[in-house]
Amino acid sequence: MTTTIQDPGVAAASARSSRPKRSLPPMTPKLAAGLLIAGSITLFGIVAPFFVGDPSAVDNVGLAGPAEGFILGTTQTGQDVFAQLAYATRGSLTVGLIVGVLTLLLSAFFGIIGAYFGGWLDESFSLFSNVMLVIPGLPLVIIISSYVPEKSILLVSVVLAITGWAGSARVLRGFTLSVRNRDYVAAARVSGEKPWRILGVEILPNLIPLLASQMVFAVIFAILGEAGLSFLGLGASDSFTWGTMLYFAQNGLALRLGAWWWFVPPGLMIALFGAALALINFSIDEIINPKLRSQTRAARRSWKLSKAELRAATKEDVL
Amino acid sequence: MKYILQKLGFYLVAFWAALTVNFFLPRLLPGNPVDIMLAKLAQRGPVTPEAREAVELLLGTNTEAPLIVQYGQYLGKLFTLDLGTSVAFFPASVTDIIAQTLPWTIGLIGVATVISFILGVTLGMLAGWKRGSWLDNLIPVTTMLQSVPYFWLALILLFVLGGMWDLFPLNGGYNVYETSPGWNLEFIGSVIYYGTLPALTIVISSVGGWMLGMRNMMVSTLSDDYILTAEAKGLRPVRIMTTYAARNAVLPSVAGFAISLGFVVAGSIVTEAVFSYPGIGSALLNAVGSNDYSLMQGLFLVITLSVLGANLLVDLLYSFIDPRTRARS
Repeated sequence: MTTTIQDPGVAAASARSSRPKRSLPPMTPKLAAGLLIAGSITLFGIVAPFFVGDPSAVDNVGLAGPAEGFILGTTQTGQDVFAQLAYATRGSLTVGLIVGVLTLLLSAFFGIIGAYFGGWLDESFSLFSNVMLVIPGLPLVIIISSYVPEKSILLVSVVLAITGWAGSARVLRGFTLSVRNRDYVAAARVSGEKPWRILGVEILPNLIPLLASQMVFAVIFAILGEAGLSFLGLGASDSFTWGTMLYFAQNGLALRLGAWWWFVPPGLMIALFGAALALINFSIDEIINPKLRSQTRAARRSWKLSKAELRAATKEDVL
Repeated sequence: MKYILQKLGFYLVAFWAALTVNFFLPRLLPGNPVDIMLAKLAQRGPVTPEAREAVELLLGTNTEAPLIVQYGQYLGKLFTLDLGTSVAFFPASVTDIIAQTLPWTIGLIGVATVISFILGVTLGMLAGWKRGSWLDNLIPVTTMLQSVPYFWLALILLFVLGGMWDLFPLNGGYNVYETSPGWNLEFIGSVIYYGTLPALTIVISSVGGWMLGMRNMMVSTLSDDYILTAEAKGLRPVRIMTTYAARNAVLPSVAGFAISLGFVVAGSIVTEAVFSYPGIGSALLNAVGSNDYSLMQGLFLVITLSVLGANLLVDLLYSFIDPRTRARS
């Protein structure tokens, strides 16, 4: 009871000092693990290609397991799997990055702007994104890429982004609708702020966690989508990605020959990177939805007093 | 009733959009699919004027007819179910190929998705009900399984269960040598046996998404006041969990079905490729491999139509389990 009364200056100061901390997710083990794995894979993709040999260089070793000189063994034609993995990591992350950014822009445009201005603009934007959502993406991508014989990694990314932004746009629209009806936005409007300022300064900061989680999702699905496409032999024709490695492994009968060092690493990299991003997303989710943050059963168990403490507490009550 | 009409209207618009995309894609993208198709058809035998007309209408002609007239003729062609002749499966027509492969895919994806949905929602319900339990701590693991590519999981399952231990067949949809298609026990048993690994792949990769979504909604719902009231009334915990919390928590999962189905369909196309399953996905890849543009366009339309149909079904089901949608409209 007594603690509720505080010096207003102190309260304001503590609120000010705690504010920047709140906008970043708390460092939980999940978040730390996610950042660590995603960070090391990204670093590997950036740095490793400078140190490995030519990934396409053919060697007369043939198919061989991990050994001296070849950390992850060789492919059927004696290409260094580790070198390929390094270049593939770079390629796949590039796709993820491009698609992530494009998806963010597209979904923010169709989701936030439509929801904010309302009326026929919202109706048409929302209809458009719902139609894009229900038309299955990968078959469309497969058909588009089969018409274009020589594809760059950029083209594949653009096609993936065009077919994949709709889900995020719908999520963003729902959240924007709830934010734009809040009192402080109405106050900003009444006080004569321009629509673009309200969007950029009043509404957008509230959407940042959601945008971040949608972008993380977009990156995961872009990498998975590109891997699927490349596995079918429809990916970018001039570069290595995790998907193209798996495509060559499948065509080189790596499975039948039991060459696990060829088809396990690329898949494992995708899985690890996806899992790391998912772990990061868990932490962002807890900012968006505070109900998820409240104590878990494990935390609640630690509140329970031991029997001795309980007895001591009741004894005090009796006395 | 108005809700149903609204939904029907939306899916009609979506289908029309897919038809239009299908019309413009071959006309706008580089390459000359008509010439390639006609050349390929000519290699297999004489091209009848009807076949030539179908190909030109579906993939874009070199004539000077205005686009709008071409569009009208294209729609007319589609409504008579004439999708041209396939090159990859010459001389079968595209409609025949679709009729042959569609049941396999719908059966596989349908059964796998239903299993995955029920399993994921049930596990998610239990995990959300007992937060911090071992089941709840399992969620990051299932999420990791979700970020494993479908086809890679399929390869690993094939490698371990099909190759190393020889428990399951390596490819195909049924035992071609010992059974004949039809309504007999041996054939159905063989279909189930051959379908187990592909279905298992789809279930393992998609169950995590349902589970996580349901668990998070369950946690949110459990902190609502009416749950507290129910507990205070002394209702049995099982009753609170199923008919009070889970019934409301499952609604977003059902409403989000459209998004998930897209990923499942995408994943299973690639999975079919790994298992050489005789479904739509394998046919699509065959079509891509031999530049069979007519078949590709036809398959795209059929996949879109099936996905739209499934979504419409789920939306109707949603209006049934959530009375608010009916009241609002």
